[in-house]
Amino acid sequence: MDHKMIAKQFLITGITMAVIAMILSILFRIQLAYPDKTFPLLTTLLGHFAPNGRISTEFYLSLVTIHGTIMVFFVLTAGLSGTFANLLIPLQIGARDMASPFMNMLSYWFFFMASVVMLSSFFVQSGPASGGWTIYPPLSALPKAMPGSGMGMTLWLISMVMFVASSLMGGINYVSTVLNMRTKGMDLWKMPLTIWALFLTAILGILAFPVLVAGVVLLIFDRSFGTSFYLSDIVLNGVQQPYEGGSPILFQHLFWFLGHPEVYIVIMPAMGISSEVMSVNSRKPIFGYHAMVYSLIGITVLSFIVWGHHMFVTGMNPFLGGVFMITTLIIAVPSAVKTFNWLATLWRGNIRFTPAMLFAIGMVSFFISGGLTGIFLGNAALDINLHDTYFVVAHFHLVMGSAAIFGMLAGVYHWFPKMFGKLMDEKLGYLHFWLTFIGAYLVFFPMHFMGLDGVPRRYYAFTEFASMQKWLTINTFITWAAIMAALAQVAFIYNFIVSIFAGKKTTQNPWQSNTLEWTAPVEHLHGNWPGEIPTVYRWPYDYSKPGAEEDYIPQTVPFSQTMSSNLPHDFEDNPAGMDELKKFNDKLKANDSESPKES
Amino acid sequence: MAFKKLINSKTILSFFAAFMLFGTNLLMAQTPAAAAGTGEDANQVDWTGVAYYVLIFFLICLGVAVIGKILKIYDLTLKIQGKKGLKWNNVMGVICLVFLLAGLYGAYWSFTVQGSMTLPEAASIHGVKIDEMFTVTTILTMIVFFITQILLFGFLFKYRHSDKRRAHFLPHNNTIEKVWTIVPAIVLTILVVFGFFTWQKIMDDTDAKGEVASINIDITGHQFAWELRYPGKDGKLGPKSFKLTTASNKLGVDFTKKSSFDDLSADTMYLPVNRSIKLNIQAQDVIHSVYMPHFRVQLNAVPGLPTYFKFTPTITTADMRHKLDDPKFEYLVYCNKICGGGHYNMQKVVRVVSEAEYLEWLSHQKPYLTDGLKKELHFADAEPQKAVSQNRLALNN
Repeated sequence: MDHKMIAKQFLITGITMAVIAMILSILFRIQLAYPDKTFPLLTTLLGHFAPNGRISTEFYLSLVTIHGTIMVFFVLTAGLSGTFANLLIPLQIGARDMASPFMNMLSYWFFFMASVVMLSSFFVQSGPASGGWTIYPPLSALPKAMPGSGMGMTLWLISMVMFVASSLMGGINYVSTVLNMRTKGMDLWKMPLTIWALFLTAILGILAFPVLVAGVVLLIFDRSFGTSFYLSDIVLNGVQQPYEGGSPILFQHLFWFLGHPEVYIVIMPAMGISSEVMSVNSRKPIFGYHAMVYSLIGITVLSFIVWGHHMFVTGMNPFLGGVFMITTLIIAVPSAVKTFNWLATLWRGNIRFTPAMLFAIGMVSFFISGGLTGIFLGNAALDINLHDTYFVVAHFHLVMGSAAIFGMLAGVYHWFPKMFGKLMDEKLGYLHFWLTFIGAYLVFFPMHFMGLDGVPRRYYAFTEFASMQKWLTINTFITWAAIMAALAQVAFIYNFIVSIFAGKKTTQNPWQSNTLEWTAPVEHLHGNWPGEIPTVYRWPYDYSKPGAEEDYIPQTVPFSQTMSSNLPHDFEDNPAGMDELKKFNDKLKANDSESPKES
Repeated sequence: MAFKKLINSKTILSFFAAFMLFGTNLLMAQTPAAAAGTGEDANQVDWTGVAYYVLIFFLICLGVAVIGKILKIYDLTLKIQGKKGLKWNNVMGVICLVFLLAGLYGAYWSFTVQGSMTLPEAASIHGVKIDEMFTVTTILTMIVFFITQILLFGFLFKYRHSDKRRAHFLPHNNTIEKVWTIVPAIVLTILVVFGFFTWQKIMDDTDAKGEVASINIDITGHQFAWELRYPGKDGKLGPKSFKLTTASNKLGVDFTKKSSFDDLSADTMYLPVNRSIKLNIQAQDVIHSVYMPHFRVQLNAVPGLPTYFKFTPTITTADMRHKLDDPKFEYLVYCNKICGGGHYNMQKVVRVVSEAEYLEWLSHQKPYLTDGLKKELHFADAEPQKAVSQNRLALNN
């Protein structure tokens, strides 16, 4: 199966899962906004999960759990990486296909099966898993702990094993393709930042996901075979359970060893995509390309040694908490470098506001807002009071929810012509962007203050607490803002579907971009390019180069064709080119001296 | 063409109208709904029908489509007149500027209005340190927040596309890169150093030096309640084991040890002001989390892994009521880790009182060793708690 088709499969499945997760979030937001009211429609739609027109307390937790699971894994991991790694890696590095097309196809079908299994848990009597997307044992290890710990949890675990298998097959393919199949001239420092981001994301996935599988397998043993890896000293419903010697904290270590890199698995492709889109649409080279790559590498390495900040209040050794606090705050340095480089890229640009550009800008804005609140949570002392409150919800929804989704949408708008040979409607794109952007801020900004008031997350109804009554109005406001943002997606879905069939036909390079994918024909071919694969001569960000005729020079244009715009550093690894440049400049000078001077 | 045909199909439109008018009313037929919780809104009709909202949605869509058409016609008219059409880059640039100004005002409004609704001053010694740390972090991060957002949207407006201009070619500048690597590194180092020492101080695992004593209180979480146990006259809490749990001995207290005999159970957590408290935290079934936001206290309750948190309350409930001008105010302990259906309601009142009030309260608490438990353990000769003065010894642990 062609990699471009697999990319489209990942994208459409990802969008479908995103819509489902979004509907789930609206359902539980309605509960939070109107905790004392009844909605008969809910009983019609959800049956015994919403008796008497109200969502049951257990099903509320299921909604929260499956919303989180789908968004983190099925949309922002598979939907984002799966789509753009498949689409862009071969096209941007100049390869005919992935290193192993068959395994690539399998990775999609495993992802699809995992999605089906996850959704099927809605149709079991006890309902889907409801222990939170982090599925901490003992809640997940004791099938009798709550309805959502039963069959729904088993399906969750099976689904995740399939999902990890899919991710590993995809990741191995991405890494081996990038390392082995780059076209002539495409050395590592000529790769677009999208490829760097997707490449490093794949490495993160390959190293982190197996640890989750190990953790999940042990959890299955505890659930089904009477082992005690994560269980000890349990009394459930007054009955002593035969578990001794295990530790629920062990699971948390294993989970977050994946879980924190997962945050970067989600955000790094969005960073790469946004960098690319911002450079193209501000008509400027990305500022500090090398620093951008080094910061991505820095984030990749550091992301493996920060997991403990999710566990500051678990009761682990306080010294360890201090160490994790240091590593966590250090990771803010490469993140800051990236942010400032994006700002410098915009400085004195000639900015075109395509929908893709707007979404890339939105990604940067969210990354700043959410990233800064991460400094609070990374500080162990402050985390004591903020842990598991709405402050956390606000933080991660901005930095890895909204920012990553915006990065993904920027990619969809930017590469839609490459995927479908058509252009999306720009005006609908503008509408989509502003409603979603404003909606997301209205939803998540006030949540910070709820968290600062000590309002815990995952609470079914705040009406039980006198001190939390004051947030009811804001909760209602947040819900309506969420509904507005959700409805804005209708504009996107409509635009996406209609444009596939009735969109304006695209030209080969509609954005005047430098990267290799825009040299491939609009019509999809197996092997991407008819005849020879193009050779690469330069980095991908030669925009608005002084002396150049156009404000962009594609990577396939040799320096010999752009002598008037060549710079000394273009020839750092090509001394022969430097001689050529000298000759060219001498010739120019000679011409100048020969030409009659104007009086 | 096929798509247009579908849209124009009278049949489809007729079906749609019929659905809007009748179908959804059937779906939304109101039945007497048994309201959960308070039981007050049993017959309340909340939605008049989904058709109403679908209709509103379609009306909004229609409005957007009409505005879109008007803009398109305006654009075409300009082109017919030989003028240039709408410059969307300019429109978007201006909207970015408007968003920046509105956003800055919105953030300011949020900080002042919603910010004033957040937790009052910390009611514990270590909480004050946390609040100081929070203030420093907020100031530093907000400076960065406002500067970067202003630059981001300011650049978008200022450098919006123009056919007459070419972007500035600036691929890198090592000096600038060094500056914005080193400056954040220094700021973060300051935060790390302060944070590290604050954290270590809070988490210091021994009783504070020079302090005569601390009060040990057991708090155990289970689905869906907290159990409290106070030490009796010997000032020591008896050991526990989950293997000893029975219907009468809910916490599995080990009565082969003498220190267990005088332990007390309590429904409300009473704390004497300005005394060091050691909360011994445990869970029986799944992970819970002891969360007392007013004291800036939080630690997970994990089965098989006893944890503890030490803190010193500094403001009595009465004083806090006075400060907040709220006569009903109560400190609470929540469960902050998802633990099942009743998770959201695992609250328990915490009352900070003067030492005299604490002693008075303690003297009225029931012994953990109930008659039923005695019978179960065959303690025929065990003596129940009698004297008030004996309980006062709990302060000398």
